[in-house]
Amino acid sequence: MSDLPGNLKANPLLSRWLRVDADDTITVRSGKVELGQGIATAMVAIAAAELGVAFARVRIENTDTFVSPEEGWTAGSFSIEHGGTAMRWACAMARELFAEAAAKKLGVDPAAVVVSDGVFRRQGANEGVTYAQLRDAVDLERMAGELPVPKLHGGTVDRPGLGRPDLRAKFSGPAFIQDMALPGMAYGRVLRPSHPHDRLATFDRDAVAALPGVIAVVVDGGFAGVVAERDDLAVKAVEFARKRATWTRTAELPPMGDANAWMDGLPLNTTTFLADEGEAAPAAMRHTARYTRPYIAHASVGPSCALAEWTGDTLKVWSHSQGVYPLRKQMARALRVDMDKVNVVHAHGSGCYGHNGADDVALDAALLARGAGRPVMVQWSRADELSWSPFGSPMRIEISAGLSADGTVTDWTHDVRSPPHIARPGFGEGVNLLAAWHMAEPHAPSAPNDAPRPQGGGDRNSVPLYNFGKRRLTHHILPERPLHTSAMRGLGAHGNIFAIESFIDELAAMAGVDPVEFRLRHLEDPRAIAVVRAAAEAAGWDASDAGGEGVGRGMGFARYKNHGAYYACVATVEVTEKVRLVRVDGAVDAGAVVHRDGLLNQVEGGAVQAASWTLKEEVRWTEDGFGVRSWADYPLLTFSEMPEISTVVVDDPSAPSLGAGECSAGPIAAAIANAVAHALGVRVRDMPLTPERIAAAINAA
Amino acid sequence: MTRTVALESRSLVVNGRDVTVNVPEDTPLLAALRHDLDLKGTRVGCTEGYCGACTVLVEGRPVQSCNTPLWSVEGKSVTTVEGLKQGDVLGPVQEAFLLEQAAQCGYCTNGIIMTVAGMLSQSPPATKHEIVEVLDERHICRCGAQTRILKAIDRAILMTGARA
Repeated sequence: MSDLPGNLKANPLLSRWLRVDADDTITVRSGKVELGQGIATAMVAIAAAELGVAFARVRIENTDTFVSPEEGWTAGSFSIEHGGTAMRWACAMARELFAEAAAKKLGVDPAAVVVSDGVFRRQGANEGVTYAQLRDAVDLERMAGELPVPKLHGGTVDRPGLGRPDLRAKFSGPAFIQDMALPGMAYGRVLRPSHPHDRLATFDRDAVAALPGVIAVVVDGGFAGVVAERDDLAVKAVEFARKRATWTRTAELPPMGDANAWMDGLPLNTTTFLADEGEAAPAAMRHTARYTRPYIAHASVGPSCALAEWTGDTLKVWSHSQGVYPLRKQMARALRVDMDKVNVVHAHGSGCYGHNGADDVALDAALLARGAGRPVMVQWSRADELSWSPFGSPMRIEISAGLSADGTVTDWTHDVRSPPHIARPGFGEGVNLLAAWHMAEPHAPSAPNDAPRPQGGGDRNSVPLYNFGKRRLTHHILPERPLHTSAMRGLGAHGNIFAIESFIDELAAMAGVDPVEFRLRHLEDPRAIAVVRAAAEAAGWDASDAGGEGVGRGMGFARYKNHGAYYACVATVEVTEKVRLVRVDGAVDAGAVVHRDGLLNQVEGGAVQAASWTLKEEVRWTEDGFGVRSWADYPLLTFSEMPEISTVVVDDPSAPSLGAGECSAGPIAAAIANAVAHALGVRVRDMPLTPERIAAAINAA
Repeated sequence: MTRTVALESRSLVVNGRDVTVNVPEDTPLLAALRHDLDLKGTRVGCTEGYCGACTVLVEGRPVQSCNTPLWSVEGKSVTTVEGLKQGDVLGPVQEAFLLEQAAQCGYCTNGIIMTVAGMLSQSPPATKHEIVEVLDERHICRCGAQTRILKAIDRAILMTGARA
């Protein structure tokens, strides 16, 4: 069968996906991992619906590279679309196998068998037979490709108040990777410098080894760490080592300047990837503007952590990585061992929002466990996480467009300059793990490159969904970057949508057209039009509101990656010396909804997080190195700065379900900028929209 | 050969139980709770007193356990998130957070729950405004769950009978 969902085709053995236990519970396995985004709940909801079993009877196991389906990275808002679809099919196929066995056992025609809460019955009959009672009669060691296309029941067991099963434990006791312990486990910390180009030259190894509680000092080239009986003693030992360490600076950092001025003059790897043929319609006016987004930190609240245990030459690692399978392969390469000897098991961690330190700390743990001859947990410090995690990539975007006399866009040029947005372990040909680069026999990282289109990296969401006449789109990758970058929620979508949707408001103002009306005139996709209208309506959008006097509202819209979820929102702001985000009225279309509360949590949480990026966040550096070492250096939006937020869900049960974790980041950024412009009559085109930038824009007006 | 660690004995009351731990000098309360008493509902965050993930109650008042030395709470009463439960039944603030599904990753949550629980059990209980001021100063949520957390606080105020 050729049209199996891709992830099921890659993992066709049904027993990889689910298991029926004697207690009449069903355990499912997914290659998509729980990152706090609630995917585990959504998978259980999908499985329960397809199996015809109550939600509470279905459990999900953490992804384990020895037994779970291999589904790559949990990223790009693909978990529902790809992982969920595969789960749906696998469970529907299993249900048909069980229904067949039930029919045989009940002596009835398979077509007459119905299932409800895990009990198969002849229609109308009382007695039935459960999944568990059929366990011996059904062989799940079957290849999906050899089975008929199953009847999909669709939908989920979603209902108001359906909660996440993982939260009760999280709110009351051990639940995270940091809370695990292995017999005989010791605690490791790694000695890393405060400048990205410093390499360890010397430290007083013997003195560190003699500190109380220190079990081992592990050195491999420029990689060094300590292992101690207690984590607090490992912290003390590594701080002692730091005071005596000397470093060799291999390169200097360029001056930052303002608004990504450091990008000037750096080499570019340029691709014009879309250039419409033909002549543009005549333009009566032209407009050009430049927008920037700075480096942004993932800034997980729980610094990254991993556990590693060697048994002979086999390694087991517990990690909160977004990609336990790619990590497994990269760890094997880094450690120069056979991949079959490495197992990576996912464990819940603090929210990561992309490629944070999770993968790097896993290799740290494997190296320290090997050096110490004990199972080891490595916990990064706050400073490790804020400086050595890869960062969200900075961007500079220039847009130029023509406008006809009747206010129609005639041509559109979008030019984005940005370092790579992806350098995950497993991306490219190299070994993308921090410690691997510093070992005595180092591995090279992958050559800098960006995520390929159509998803794109720096160019993600740079193609406007609007009908803007003749288009020309150019992506410049900056292979040389001052600080390391990799995937952060939405990749280039945040910056590109901020730029496009800000520019649209600027054009609308030039054309003398209401910005919502201007958008609707240039959109053709009915789903796009529906969310723009729904957000405007929810916000009580008033085209005659001229704004000013420090209060404003603005719209932002996008379809994530131009093939994911649609989101539009209206931001309402009050601007005094700083921007106060008062309200966000949004609308989302993510196709058929799997778990409504999970969808809202992701869409609204994503909007709040991106509002924080947009209003406050910027990773800085100095000639001395990393400029962000503690929370004091990197303020986030606080509790009292929260907006009122509401979201209209445009639920189309007939449309495929789409992920929604990243769809709101770009639109909220632009909505805020547009609301600020509406409030003040001046525009800020550089993120973050700080009081200093707002004051400068007012003074320049 | 690992050098042995000089240990000192400290006694305190944790979740209503008298405990004595033998720990290295300057051990933070957080390490004692997690490592020595196996109470891991208190999370490791920044260990610098900023993020609040490690918040517990000392004599009923919210305290960041990462930068509180164990010696400073000798003989005192410490409550962790485990201590808010009655058997398997969650305490009202935990229940309020669960009902509002007031988390994404949930890593910062227990510290916030402890601050809210501590402030609502004061006499008179803190107002929402006072709680939010403390959250601004001493807690960080990165997932963007703050809007739900604020709703959970409203619910907790109702459930504990504290004034709004």
